[in-house]
Amino acid sequence: MGDYLRPRSLHEALAAMATGPWRLLAGGTDLYPAEKGRALTFPVLDLAGLDGLRGIAATDNGLRIGACTTWADIARTPLPPALAALQQAAVEVGGPQVQTAGTLGGNLCNASPAADGVPPLLACDAKVELACQRGTRQMALSDYLTGPRQTLRAPDEILTAILIPQTGLSGRSRFLKLGARRYLVISIAMVAVRLAADAGRITDAAVSVGACSATARRLPAVEAALAGHAPHLAATAVRDADVAAALAPMDDLRASAAYRATAAAELIRRALSDLASSGASEPAWGTA
Amino acid sequence: MRLRFSLNGQPAECDTPPTRRLSELLREDLGLRGTKVGCDAGDCGACTVLVQGEPVCACLTPAARIDGQNVETVEAEDPVLARLRAAFLRQGAAQCGICTPGMLMAAAALLRDRPRPTPAEAEAALGGVLCRCTGYAAIIAAVCDAWRDGDPPAAVTGAVGAPLPRLDGAEKVAGDAFGADVWQPGGLRLHAIRSPHFHAAFSFGDLATWAARHRAQVFTAADIPGRNVFGAIPSFADQPALAVSHVRFRGEAVAIVAVEDDGHDPDLSDFPVTWTPQDACLDPAEAARCAPLHPARPGNLLIEGRVRKGDAAAALAASTHVAEATTETGFVEHAYIEPEAGAAWMEGDTLCIRACTQAPVMDRDETALILDLPPERLRILPSAVGGGFGSKLDVSLQPLIGLVTLRTGRPCRMVFSRQESMASTTKRHPSRITGRIGCDAKGRITGVEVEGIFDTGAYASWGPTVANRVPVHISGPYRTPAIHARARAMHTNGPVAGAFRGFGVPQAAIWQEPLFDRLAAAAGIDRLEFRILNALQTGDATATGQVLRAAGIRDCLVALRPAWTRALAEAAAANARPGPVRHGVGVASCWYGCGNTSLPNPSTIRLGITRQGEVVLHQGATDIGQGANTVITQIAAEALGLPVTAFRLIGPDTHLTPDAGKTSASRQTYVTGRAAQAAGAALRAAVLRMANAGEGASLALEGAALLVRDGGRTTRIDLAALPADGSGYALSAEETYDPPTAPLDDDGQGTPYAVYGFGAQLVELSVDTALGTVALHRITAAHDVGRAINPQLARGQIEGGIAQGVGLALMEEYIPGRTENLHDYLIPTTGDIPPVESLLIEVPDPEGPYGAKGLGEHVLIPTAPAILNAIHHATGATVTRLPALPHRVLDAIRKAGS
Repeated sequence: MGDYLRPRSLHEALAAMATGPWRLLAGGTDLYPAEKGRALTFPVLDLAGLDGLRGIAATDNGLRIGACTTWADIARTPLPPALAALQQAAVEVGGPQVQTAGTLGGNLCNASPAADGVPPLLACDAKVELACQRGTRQMALSDYLTGPRQTLRAPDEILTAILIPQTGLSGRSRFLKLGARRYLVISIAMVAVRLAADAGRITDAAVSVGACSATARRLPAVEAALAGHAPHLAATAVRDADVAAALAPMDDLRASAAYRATAAAELIRRALSDLASSGASEPAWGTA
Repeated sequence: MRLRFSLNGQPAECDTPPTRRLSELLREDLGLRGTKVGCDAGDCGACTVLVQGEPVCACLTPAARIDGQNVETVEAEDPVLARLRAAFLRQGAAQCGICTPGMLMAAAALLRDRPRPTPAEAEAALGGVLCRCTGYAAIIAAVCDAWRDGDPPAAVTGAVGAPLPRLDGAEKVAGDAFGADVWQPGGLRLHAIRSPHFHAAFSFGDLATWAARHRAQVFTAADIPGRNVFGAIPSFADQPALAVSHVRFRGEAVAIVAVEDDGHDPDLSDFPVTWTPQDACLDPAEAARCAPLHPARPGNLLIEGRVRKGDAAAALAASTHVAEATTETGFVEHAYIEPEAGAAWMEGDTLCIRACTQAPVMDRDETALILDLPPERLRILPSAVGGGFGSKLDVSLQPLIGLVTLRTGRPCRMVFSRQESMASTTKRHPSRITGRIGCDAKGRITGVEVEGIFDTGAYASWGPTVANRVPVHISGPYRTPAIHARARAMHTNGPVAGAFRGFGVPQAAIWQEPLFDRLAAAAGIDRLEFRILNALQTGDATATGQVLRAAGIRDCLVALRPAWTRALAEAAAANARPGPVRHGVGVASCWYGCGNTSLPNPSTIRLGITRQGEVVLHQGATDIGQGANTVITQIAAEALGLPVTAFRLIGPDTHLTPDAGKTSASRQTYVTGRAAQAAGAALRAAVLRMANAGEGASLALEGAALLVRDGGRTTRIDLAALPADGSGYALSAEETYDPPTAPLDDDGQGTPYAVYGFGAQLVELSVDTALGTVALHRITAAHDVGRAINPQLARGQIEGGIAQGVGLALMEEYIPGRTENLHDYLIPTTGDIPPVESLLIEVPDPEGPYGAKGLGEHVLIPTAPAILNAIHHATGATVTRLPALPHRVLDAIRKAGS
């Protein structure tokens, strides 16, 4: 049995983090499956007492999502259309049981290549906020994720929030996940696409793909090719070669590498088509 | 940590380590064992409870998190749960019952929000709970139907033919007592040390010092008092309960660590064992060239099964059309939601073992040999079984817990982890089948030439059964004048391949049924009509030369004609629209012999009426969810002439019930059913003799009196006044039935089974040709059950078997070391099974009880080949390697297009 600490404030939590090798417990949906025993056997710092880490709020610069905000919270909170992809991902993470407990911050700290939260956040230019006694820093999510189960979070840091800048809140978004079964499935590939359009032309396109490289990636070449197109023609501007060149998929028991690249390109096209076909009827949502 | 919370509406307090899993706290400290643990990883949802009304996996919830919260479990008294329980019983939504508590809790959370959900809402809400038995349709129907309260419970009337809710249903919807749920306190808890290598020599270090330091006792092969070998088929028994000096597969146990059962996990990381890995043989095609795993089996050949009739080569040479193919399937995991678990204790000098099993008497006999006990000193008390599907036929932990209790005199228990269950127990045999089928210009099948290699893994288990069943069944239920079929079971260092619903016949159907589609196309005949043309009929001889007495396959296929016509038209209409989604329709058949292949497999049923006027059925057929408790009672009630409600069931329990054999080979309804029919008839005859009444008399119980009405005359038998017979009853009967079979000769000719069941399934699906994904739309299943003893249970078998067939076809492959969990090993969820329409066809078999045939395995066989045929119809793609994962389907589509 390891030590257990449930701080009442972030200050207290950061003080503790400065003193020892705590593992952070948020939703538990990644920590417990990796543990064979009846309890966790390492020192645990439980974030459940830190109310300030949970919830979604508009800020001057965009939107702040507390790291301990659960998938269920995300799914049921009214959010800008740019975060529709994140909300669509929220109901695809595990089953309802995992969505009740699992948190967005936990997903980013666990840093699986197939983390469902990452592509939608990358598509919104998300940053992460990391705090420790030495101070607080922000960095782009794309910088923070360095590899499978690897991040730039220092041992004494707590990931406190995910920050979506105003630029990432424009337009509308779509998330598509492909797996070998309907529920409770780890992705073969997943994509998030965010599009902003003006006067019938795409002004801002963000495209990201997960489970097809060591970490999920934005696809700048694909995005560049979309700019200026009419949304309903955008899918035709996606070139397989651009998608494949941006990814480094693996062969594994779920799919072949070649298949993943093909599927990613197809999913991007479909996400674009979905956005185009649903676009006409939906009112624009002002930025937060 | 001190916790105060609300538990099922009552204030509760306890002390517990803060990061303890809530599932442990509920089950171990608070005694609420209705919450089941299937994976400890959030993959199965069996442990779903509500915290503040929200569903969570108790296995992922730190105990500290419930402080001050409201926790609800399946034990809650709650109006929504009560309505759900009633609806689950009404709809037949609980089979084995292991997932039922999780399903009920997830559904309760939904219904409080949405009292009358749509099926789609119910599927999404239950998408996090896996069920391996039902195929989900009955569960979704129950959740959507639960708003109807105040219904009277369905009346338990009628016997054979009545769709009675299962007689053990109330326990299932309350959280039944499975292998992990009953033990004696103050004993030992066992953990196995298992091989991380496929093949290795090993030696132990200083076990005594390690044991002393860990306050543990260690047991190894040296502690086994008897013959350290078991195996389902005695003449092939080859598997040690604990390996002696080297291991032959990853997951093989070498030692047992017993610690005080006080809630602490032992640290096994420094257990003193040294492994010396050796070259592993993992490819059955190469196995003949590998060093033998078992010295007595050169070339690693366990056995070859063979059927030869006529001159197949000549028949094929003379055929107008010949189609050939090679198909491959991998290991498939049973993935029951209940990992193996059980407890042992001594009663006097009798060793009692309570565990999940499909075969209590085999467990007793095998474990008695290992422990050097006379069988009468070993009592097997099967727990409720949380799914078996073949794997719980083999002993798993029985010899281990028996050994420790026998050696220490103390009670003990053992619960396999999910990983341990998947790594150490049997799998479906991987197959590689190659061969040709021919037909004449009119589409009549002329001959079959086929050879199969089956990976039987490290030990024999049921490998001989697979090797023998496949050649017998590989013609499919079609007239086949000439056949030459061989199946070889090869040893490798893979997991032990054993019994799994169908014993190799599903793999055979995956090879043969797509070839029939190709032959139909070559002959210019509709695919369904090709099968009808060739269907075996009563009076026809099978490939083994057996003349069939009740062949129902033609009736099944004909019953599919309306659906086939509609489905083809709908697919054609859908395909007229452009786009990447292509629709297709496929059909495939099955036949399956019920009971052991050419071997005795008797069942015995005892039936008594007590001096107090209670009918007692000693029912030794283990009910693993399929419904033996209900069906056997219905048959006995029909034969005796008293209502099912008058019956009390005893057993299974090797001290209380005669041997009803194993729950395997689709034999219980037929074989044990025949014994129950005979026992009921014998008891009835005794009553009628006593009352001097005719065969048409009616019986009724009135307190301790049995009333016999014959015409206008009523005879009153005062049961209390009768002396107790040898079994302690006022009146009783015991009858045995053994299927009349005959051995197969060297060419596989003979009468391997007395009864066959038949079926055919029609699959409608669409394929996304850009992604290679398959969407199932509808399955129509026609199964000849001879006589539907209980139509609701029969439909449940069909829906559940189809779900396993869907998994086999589209997603399931067990890869040792890589898929030893339920998130890498995928089985279908609520969202993966299409609506199933079941057509129950009744072509009575003269040998079956009231005409009944077996059904349990048949239902899985046609699904995968029908899916493959529908994929081909939709896209032209031929998938020959299962599962048909999206990348394989896409590759096949591209190959077909090029």
